[in-house]
Amino acid sequence: MEKVLTKNIRPDLSYVDVQAYESSGGYEGLRKALAMAPGAVTEEVKKSNLRGRGGAGFPTGMKWTFVPMGPDAPSPKYLVANADEMEPGTFKDRLLMEGDPHQLVEGLIVAAYAIQASTAYIFIRGEYFLSEERLRRAIAEAEEKHYLGKNILGSGYNLEMVVHMSGGRYMCGEETGLLNALEGKRANPRTKPPFPQVSGLFGKPTIVQNVETLSNLPHILRNGIEWFKSLSLSVDAGTKIYGVSGKVKRPGLWELPMGTTVREILEEHAGGMQDGLKFRGLLPGGASTDFLVEEHLDVKMDFTEVQKAGSRLGTGTMIVLDDRTCPVGMVRNLEHFFAQESCGWCTPCWSGLSWAEKALEAIEEGKGNAVDLDHLEYICKLCAPGNTFCALAPGAVEPLQSALKYFRADFERHVADKRCPWNHQA
Amino acid sequence: MAKVKVYVDNRPFEVADDQNMLRTCLQLGFDLPYFCWHPALGSVGACRQCAVKQYRDADDKRGRIVMACMTPAAEGLRVSVHDPEVVAFRAGIIEGLMESHPHDCPVCDEGGECHLQDMTVMTGHNYRRYRFNKRTFRNQDLGPLVNHEMNRCIQCYRCVRYYREYAGGNDLEEFVLRNLVYFGRHQDGVLENEFAGNLVEICPTGVFTDKTLKKHYTRKWDLQFSPSVCVHCGVGCNTSPGERYGVLRRVVNRYHGDVNGYFLCDRGRFGYEFVNGDRRVREPLVRRDSPGEKLEPVSKSAALERLRGILDGAKILGIGSPRASLEANFALRAWVGPERFHAGVGDGENWLTGAMLGALRDGKARSPSLHDVELSDAALVLGEDVTQTAPRLALALRQSVRWRGFELADRFKIPRWLDHAVREIAQDSRSPLYIATPNSTKLDDVATETFRAAPGDLARLGFAVAHALDPESPEPPALSDAMRSLAGRIAEALKNAQRPLVVSGPGLCSEGVVQAAVNVAWALCRSGKPAGLSFTTLECNTFGLGLMEARPLSESLSVLKQGLADTVVVLENDLYARAPKEFVDELFAAAKHVIVLDSLLNRTGEKAEVVLPAATFAECEGTLVSSEGRAQRFFQTFVPAGDIQASWRWIRGLMIATGRREAAAWEGIDDVVRTAAETLPALAGAAKAAPEAAFRAAGAKIPREPHRYSGRTAVHANIDVSEPQPPGDRESALAFSMEGFPDQPPSALTPFFWSPGWNSIQAVNKFQEEIAGPLRGGDPGTRLIEPGTNGHKGYWGAAPAAFQPKSDTWQMVPLYHIFGSEELSQIAPAIAELIPKPYVALGEQGAAQLGLKEGDEVEVKVNGWARRVAVRVRADLPSGVAGLPAQLPGMDYVALPAWGSIVKAG
Repeated sequence: MEKVLTKNIRPDLSYVDVQAYESSGGYEGLRKALAMAPGAVTEEVKKSNLRGRGGAGFPTGMKWTFVPMGPDAPSPKYLVANADEMEPGTFKDRLLMEGDPHQLVEGLIVAAYAIQASTAYIFIRGEYFLSEERLRRAIAEAEEKHYLGKNILGSGYNLEMVVHMSGGRYMCGEETGLLNALEGKRANPRTKPPFPQVSGLFGKPTIVQNVETLSNLPHILRNGIEWFKSLSLSVDAGTKIYGVSGKVKRPGLWELPMGTTVREILEEHAGGMQDGLKFRGLLPGGASTDFLVEEHLDVKMDFTEVQKAGSRLGTGTMIVLDDRTCPVGMVRNLEHFFAQESCGWCTPCWSGLSWAEKALEAIEEGKGNAVDLDHLEYICKLCAPGNTFCALAPGAVEPLQSALKYFRADFERHVADKRCPWNHQA
Repeated sequence: MAKVKVYVDNRPFEVADDQNMLRTCLQLGFDLPYFCWHPALGSVGACRQCAVKQYRDADDKRGRIVMACMTPAAEGLRVSVHDPEVVAFRAGIIEGLMESHPHDCPVCDEGGECHLQDMTVMTGHNYRRYRFNKRTFRNQDLGPLVNHEMNRCIQCYRCVRYYREYAGGNDLEEFVLRNLVYFGRHQDGVLENEFAGNLVEICPTGVFTDKTLKKHYTRKWDLQFSPSVCVHCGVGCNTSPGERYGVLRRVVNRYHGDVNGYFLCDRGRFGYEFVNGDRRVREPLVRRDSPGEKLEPVSKSAALERLRGILDGAKILGIGSPRASLEANFALRAWVGPERFHAGVGDGENWLTGAMLGALRDGKARSPSLHDVELSDAALVLGEDVTQTAPRLALALRQSVRWRGFELADRFKIPRWLDHAVREIAQDSRSPLYIATPNSTKLDDVATETFRAAPGDLARLGFAVAHALDPESPEPPALSDAMRSLAGRIAEALKNAQRPLVVSGPGLCSEGVVQAAVNVAWALCRSGKPAGLSFTTLECNTFGLGLMEARPLSESLSVLKQGLADTVVVLENDLYARAPKEFVDELFAAAKHVIVLDSLLNRTGEKAEVVLPAATFAECEGTLVSSEGRAQRFFQTFVPAGDIQASWRWIRGLMIATGRREAAAWEGIDDVVRTAAETLPALAGAAKAAPEAAFRAAGAKIPREPHRYSGRTAVHANIDVSEPQPPGDRESALAFSMEGFPDQPPSALTPFFWSPGWNSIQAVNKFQEEIAGPLRGGDPGTRLIEPGTNGHKGYWGAAPAAFQPKSDTWQMVPLYHIFGSEELSQIAPAIAELIPKPYVALGEQGAAQLGLKEGDEVEVKVNGWARRVAVRVRADLPSGVAGLPAQLPGMDYVALPAWGSIVKAG
């Protein structure tokens, strides 16, 4: 299979400098884009069927069309790379930033040119020191080569690129929470509408894209949309960086055609479960997606098919649950994370998730009762999409609601036995 | 705004399309619970309490849950308030909000008027399922005004939104996250914002409560209220004071769509305790014959006996008061005659009052209501530190700068009520606000530009702006380029506005400043702009006294010296705060007799032969004319013990006793107002300020007490077990009772806001024509001052020469303090804690020149007035200018601005 996003990444993960990047066709996509009208670039990306890789899978080109263009459009406009990879179990953007930073820089310039942004921010997770260092270095190199700055490659287009390190909150990864954080405010989500495309960073039109999404752009521009579509095994175009964590033989990341099945990823690439462990289920796209179980192993990992299976592709980086790990304990751990990362803005989220955390803690410690189980079900409904201000709580209850569905007996055993069967196996 | 048809539970309604569905539903009378939304703060969608079901069309039976506060009213929109699923959702939200709530209602000051209680009952949530430990917090000491009890918090964010985004405060924040969000200061300390007291009403539960109420706590249902008007500055905010057992317990806001809206300033909310203070005169005081003797309390009859002796054949001179009611001033004027009626303010202020009234009546610029101020899209503040002299006006000005943001929001079809979205797109773009004052002000953070200068230069700037707007308006001589350019920018901003506003006032006691402000407003009017001209007044009835055309205070001495009068009657006034001590001493020495009517014993009272106990605003009816020119009636809250009565009643009695039978016709306050209106055409509208005493609603009087008022039969049981007849009230249509008209009275007679199911102050929703609009039947009061129809009157003449700093003397200007610069509130204990000690303020350059540092003792001398005070070094004062705090307790009057010296105390 053709490697696209990861083709330059070296086995030792050493820095790929601008010469190395250029020698493999780097910045050719940018040259092509600059020769086109901004609207034509947007059109190209729209036709390529590229969907956002941050989790929601919104069509990228479509998002750009909502940005006001032309002489009357508000200015300045902004582009933001969401590199705040805080989703538990997800580490794909880190690989792209550390392994091939120029690819992201070029993607950003292409996208910024398409929406005519004058500043692009890279908002990086606070712990990604190496990503920061390499992106700063790549930006400096790109500036020297006139890929960035004033009058880029003689096109008359100007772009400044700024690296911003996050203070470290899950909410900073929510695009409007990120914008608030970038403005120096509390990372609470914002009201939508208005969407950031209309009123975003500093009240100006803004596009926020995930690192992986942006990294696809140079290749789409360079190789064309038909090529891009041909990479995929499904209706959703391109390749996808899939990841597996949990007690498998070879946890890691692989760039594979979009639509590779769960089974192939799990068994061929991750080498299957560690010896002596049985597969029980997995969260397909980070912590905030519903469990998939045995019956779903042949589901294609793309936006459409995973949704049909009752979950979400999310970030495409799965967390695997084995039979020696307590599912209640796993969900408790996740809900603790989500309850803690709730910004505290809307009631279902801050009160519901805290309650869920307490109830799971009680169940896990053998102090739960049947009412707690009912209430957990109730909290999942309370935090349904639309009932909350942003997507954090609906995402937070996805593993919980599916765990209650698929592992109900385990929850009930905790309550009936007044102890955790896994932690007290004496 | 257009009308659209929406369906609520399948009933069609014609509603405005510029509102969200929460406001619309409340407007239509639905009881839809809410927390984070507030009519003045807009929608942010945090609490999720106002959920409704929205349906695609008539066939959609499933619908989806949406937040009413975030849903615009649109043609054909269908929602359900009563759908069982959404009813259950709302109960679930309350359950979540109440997870860690301490359920301490019996010991919570909010109990009985708690929005959280009301909403909890409204949703039907009544059983506690949360069985885990509650989160707890440590509370903070936020100063003497506001109490903090964080455990009760439900994380609705109203407090920080109000405090930071609406009122401009920056020392109240939300900290931490999840269900542990802490609303407080970064550390314990006095809340810095002048409008912090509104947190008490903004907070839907008992996190922020009135700390002054705590000392004499009474539940809302046990208080006796009256519709009242604040007496602590000239703005005329409507208040609702509450009393029990003869003690005034608290003041809360009384919504007025045109004036104070939902908010008061802290001076107005917490100044009330002077009514309960030990400085009150509660019985007549009389001095024995020999001069050195002390004032002694006597019976009313003994005092009247003494007064008959004094007044027999006396030639009386009266000194009125800007803090006494229209009726009291008029009664005194009627008694002593217009020729012998003198203004109880310094001559300078008196002249300025006349000039301001003249400008507002003769010119075309209209005095705006506070609501009009909020609607202004460009403003110039000339010379006045509004936050300190007319605080509520500053809060209105702070809202006015939002217009630019609203225009941006309109452009991108963001509804104006979608508060955070509007603020995000607006960012720092604000409508023009120019502030020209000697010192920095608390509005500077939203100003386009500020200009710091001596009063004369401020006047010159104003003249220059007027000249830039209209070349016929005189240009100041020798204008600097910098000032010309600034004036040009201001003129441009005002000219480009739809509703420009000029704000000025008597604070600096500068003729030039007021004249310049008038010229700017008139120049705008001449160019066809509907300019507003807002003057502050320092006291609650400055304009009321001004309309009586009293003679200057200084003339009173010559009247006495010429023998045209021999007895001085001082009405509710401390003359030592109005004129130099030497003058007042001489005046009193020249008078054979000095009679004082006042509620407080002050320096003037101490010199009197007889002091009669006058009622405060809480103990009588009266009319006040605000700086807008609005006559508003305040009503008696409770019947005081002893011989306290309204000043005009004392005067009436003395008139009758001395053969002035015409006063006998004044049987009630309405008769006084009517006579005043007949005598002085300017006061003609005052009678319409409120319904007369004969008014009855469905044949009944209006009860001052809520119908749940408890202990009526037991209140006096320690004195007499038989329940006494409630006191009668011949002055008004209100009754000192819980019985009477059970429904909504006319707005001017509404003592408190309460509606079934709405025990908190948010019941006001039910009293408005439209939410956040006028009260039903119109907002109270009548405007006595309207612009003239005479057309252009001509500009004020020459501007002063440029200010020249001097090497050894300083131009002393008054610096005002919301807490301290007003006579009545300064003795309220909570406010007294916040009053600064007397000081002299110097710029850094000036301090360096004198070798002074912060806190050094100096001797300040101004025209024979001298005082040792500490130095305050501040960066804002212009070169050559020093500041003295105005009217602080214990500081003798000194006429400012004036040149003075500062010498390091040896």
